[in-house]
Amino acid sequence: MKFTKDHEIVSIENGVALVGITSYAVKELGDLVYIELPEVGKKLKKQEVLAVVESVKAAAEVYAPLSGEVVEINSNLSSDIEQLKQPLDNGGWIAKLRLSDDKELAALLDQAAYDDFLKGLS
Amino acid sequence: MLQEIGVSSIDELFSTIPKSVRKENGFSLSSHKGELEVERLISGYAQKNHTAHDGPFFLGAGCYFRHVPCAVDAIIQRSEYLTAYTPYQPEIAQGTLQVIFEFQTFIAQLTGQEVANASLYDGATATAEAVLMALRVTKRNRVALAAPLHPHYLGTLQTYLPKDCLFEGKPDSDTACIVLPSPSFFGETQDYTYWKKVCNETGALLVVVISDLLTLGLLPPPDVADIVCGEAQGIGLSMSFGGPHLGFFACQEKYLRQMPGRLCGMSEDVEGRRSFVLTLSTREQHIRREKATSNICTNQGLCALAFSVHMALLGEDGFKSLARLNHEAACRTADALVAIAGVTVETKQYFNEFIAKLPCNDAKDVVTKLAKKKIIAGFPLDGGRLLVAATEMTKDEDIVALVTALKEVL
Repeated sequence: MKFTKDHEIVSIENGVALVGITSYAVKELGDLVYIELPEVGKKLKKQEVLAVVESVKAAAEVYAPLSGEVVEINSNLSSDIEQLKQPLDNGGWIAKLRLSDDKELAALLDQAAYDDFLKGLS
Repeated sequence: MLQEIGVSSIDELFSTIPKSVRKENGFSLSSHKGELEVERLISGYAQKNHTAHDGPFFLGAGCYFRHVPCAVDAIIQRSEYLTAYTPYQPEIAQGTLQVIFEFQTFIAQLTGQEVANASLYDGATATAEAVLMALRVTKRNRVALAAPLHPHYLGTLQTYLPKDCLFEGKPDSDTACIVLPSPSFFGETQDYTYWKKVCNETGALLVVVISDLLTLGLLPPPDVADIVCGEAQGIGLSMSFGGPHLGFFACQEKYLRQMPGRLCGMSEDVEGRRSFVLTLSTREQHIRREKATSNICTNQGLCALAFSVHMALLGEDGFKSLARLNHEAACRTADALVAIAGVTVETKQYFNEFIAKLPCNDAKDVVTKLAKKKIIAGFPLDGGRLLVAATEMTKDEDIVALVTALKEVL
């Protein structure tokens, strides 16, 4: 698992990234109400808006952790937003990106680096 | 005080206003007068006005002269309603929120739509918001106008939209919506079903704009539309020289998250009691900022209350009767006008407003001459056309006076 400072969580396999948000982000958002999913086929550069997660008090942008094309979206989230709280590979994923630039992987944080980052926030 | 803030005169405080926009010789206003003198002075000015109540009145064009029962004022002037602020704290705003919920319910029922918002400023901005929403929903770039739109609504749309976005003509694959004013600015009622078919051919949305909500007391609800918006001033609100008026906005539930404006929802409090609350706030700019569905962060609360009180007093039957009275008054007026030699009525199917074609080229001149006789004849258009409105306030003697005066002047 890799992470970003914007609290995205990524798992990469065969050039396809499974993207979600961390449990820290989910907790901070509060009661989840809605997710605005991207369209399949959308091409994104790293840091462009991939999705928007809405809670009762905020609308938080989920940024593409890596550049790529959206090849699949988790439509279940439209009818059951609570799934976002699940582990990334068990219902909590938002979209799958076919990556276009391997060099970007180096900039992602590993678990230890992300945990340190969180410690710095509190 | 001037010394304290380091300025030598009051005029110095205005030094940043360019001289080119300053009034040269000040105002012809005394620096002070006593209260009694001021009262007399202002009453003197007021007496120079000729109001809609002072004589025959046939002017409409988006703002209608209707009877507002005193119960409306009695209720809206209660301090709990008059001074209540924005209902962001539902715990202390249940009264205000319930009114908004009832208002939304009236609007949804009248327009045949699934959801309605808490109101917008007026029909013109409501139309602009509807168009912006259609552009967002369809991700297309152009907007087709199906019938003559009120010039103020058109002007407002043009202010909000990019250049060349609005056009008249057949919609194509880049058309986000068709804007259908019903009735048109010239009073002609429209066929929503026909226009919905046209929309379906290219996947454009149908936006029906209603500049007098009372029309729905006689015309069918535009339930085939995607968005219905417009002006509700004609019910429970005086004309007030142009405002405040009451924009309304309703649409199909599938577009809920793209709606502009406030939304009041019904829920339960911690003790299970029915309660009301502003909801789906993440659409709004105080949360979503530049990605919000609109920059509006208010609604016309007091006007919505006035409308709702009047609706409650009328009831469904009363609402329909009121609409019928308006239509009949317009029919009587039209019949009397066509009896004048050379006058024809151009609008084929109207609610309470129609175009009278006069046997002259200058309708504005006719209106001015009639105004001198204390008759407000209507809204002058090009080519000797007069937009004439009648309401339940139109007395038979008003029609007689209008006809008599027109015969003298034409």
